[in-house]
Amino acid sequence: MKALCWTGINKLKIENVDEPTILDPGDAIVKVTLSASCGSDLHLLGGYVPGMRAGDILGHEFMGEIVATGSGVQHRRVGDRVVVCSFMSCGQCWYCRNELTSLCDNTNPHPGLGEGLFGASTGGCFGYSQITGGFAGSHATYVRVPHIDTGAFLIPDGVSDEQAVFASDAVPTGWMGADLGGVKPGDVVAVWGAGGVGQMAARAAMLLGAEKVIVIDRLPERLEQVRTVIGAETLDYSSTEVMAELRERTGGRGPDVAIEAVGMEAHSQRPDYLYDKVKTMLKLETDRPTAVREAIMAARKGGSVFVLGVFGGLVDKFPLGAVMNKGLTLRSGQQHGHRYIPMLLERIAAGEISTGHLATHVMPLEEAPRGYEMFKTKQDGCVRAVFRP
Amino acid sequence: MTKKMIVGIGVTGLAVAAGAAGLRRRRHSSDRDGEAATRWNVVTIQRPPADVVHDQHLPEPLAALNGLIDVRWSIAPGGRGTELRARPHTDGRDEDDDELRGAVRVALRESKQLLEVGHVLTNHPQPEGRRPHTPAGAIVDALVRRSPEEGVL
Ligand SMILES: NC(=O)c1ccc[n+]([C@@H]2O[C@H](COP(=O)([O-])OP(=O)(O)OC[C@H]3O[C@@H](n4cnc5c(N)ncnc54)[C@H](O)[C@@H]3O)[C@@H](O)[C@H]2O)c1
Ligand SMILES: [Zn+2]
Ligand SMILES: [Zn+2]
Repeated sequence: MKALCWTGINKLKIENVDEPTILDPGDAIVKVTLSASCGSDLHLLGGYVPGMRAGDILGHEFMGEIVATGSGVQHRRVGDRVVVCSFMSCGQCWYCRNELTSLCDNTNPHPGLGEGLFGASTGGCFGYSQITGGFAGSHATYVRVPHIDTGAFLIPDGVSDEQAVFASDAVPTGWMGADLGGVKPGDVVAVWGAGGVGQMAARAAMLLGAEKVIVIDRLPERLEQVRTVIGAETLDYSSTEVMAELRERTGGRGPDVAIEAVGMEAHSQRPDYLYDKVKTMLKLETDRPTAVREAIMAARKGGSVFVLGVFGGLVDKFPLGAVMNKGLTLRSGQQHGHRYIPMLLERIAAGEISTGHLATHVMPLEEAPRGYEMFKTKQDGCVRAVFRP
Repeated sequence: MTKKMIVGIGVTGLAVAAGAAGLRRRRHSSDRDGEAATRWNVVTIQRPPADVVHDQHLPEPLAALNGLIDVRWSIAPGGRGTELRARPHTDGRDEDDDELRGAVRVALRESKQLLEVGHVLTNHPQPEGRRPHTPAGAIVDALVRRSPEEGVL
């Protein structure tokens, strides 16, 4: 079958690979209908996340049809049209039982890597480096899905493929940022980043009762989507001083909840950007945390900051003094999709969450290298390139 | 840790170095931890002690190391099941046995999965593209190969 492989830093190639087989009793094979690019892939592509091996198959946000199941599968069957959570959950360990499924103890066959880097390992994820288990990703005709009973969700009739695919990753990630960030009715929420994740975080904040939601980015077509599809306010950081503008729009308080949905390759016009670029080039720092710093400085006293953007290592000039003195709550995490996806699919079906507009460029899998180039450079208004194997 | 893995750190950058350092610290932990040879490796298993050690029978992966290791267990706080701990017999040595220590980690991880899930998750063989032999690739392969035996568990 065909699959999109990472072959080196900023190098992708469609290769002919073997088809996956059932390896464990809880497995299924899913024939992929749609598989999307995600901002997280850009960190892999650029070599910012360590532990990539040439030949790794990318892709973790996908939906499709179950075509084979292992002997232990109970709740899913051949023919089911499903969306699969990007992270894997065994359903049994303490983390899975406590709705912290991306921290699953039992789905990462390479635990020593995360333990060495982070002090503990995350659960497994599709197509997301050897650190999350080295599982083959979904940018392929077929993908093996371990723990299909916990990881795959039936797509309601009336929800299209293009709508459903984002329930795998972008929608639950955004929801988690607003939910675990503690958004409550009446809150003012600011979201850094108007990609798929930031847009979904903004929508979640609105549905959780926020009275004002402000999304910050510089790409006009994304900010336009935020205003017209999501229904939130926007702030263009390329033409406005973010801190001053946020203070003005939040009655001088700052946002109650600040959600960062940018990640370790943040861009900025502030002087610290150059500092971070040089330091990452010299390998004195691994990640560029511009938006995290800004979110921490902007958040109101006693407010909370949720870091949804992916970080892989060490950052500099982290404003710990602001966290401490302003009494902030700082949270983060890979998405715990299993707890949210069924509810989110219902909301998508009910028209409460729009997702289809994120699929700006749907193309055959063979064109995925071009799709990633567009997504990476944000050409032609690309928000997410989505591949059809 | 082999020389190749240490040499490789410069190639893949700081983040892998941080990871590798974590692994290496463990391998030579006796340098800074006077009690390294007698430390227990511990996992918490979301099952009651009676399921973990049934009629004095240890979980299969630990039973396979019978005679080489010590095993203890106790109730975990907060309804978190059982804390299962194991360590190589020291036989009076104060040097840790790296290889056996690695085998203990693997056995604990596998015991936990067998008890919680019923099987040990594998990811091999699976589809993959061409894996060219490169220095950076060799480092990743070596780290991956060792990862079940290493880490902070
Ligand atoms: N926590 C999780 O489980 C999880 C899941 C999916 C994605 N992510 C992460 O979320 C982040 C966003 O993902 P995405 O798919 O939306 O990515 P994306 O690349 O499509 O969007 C990122 C956006 O951030 C904007 N941006 C860059 N610098 C900025 C700054 N200083 N201030 C404000 N905006 C800035 C960019 O213009 C872009 O629109 C990535 O880091 C990704 O890895 C995390
Ligand atoms: Zn993602
Ligand atoms: Zn689990």
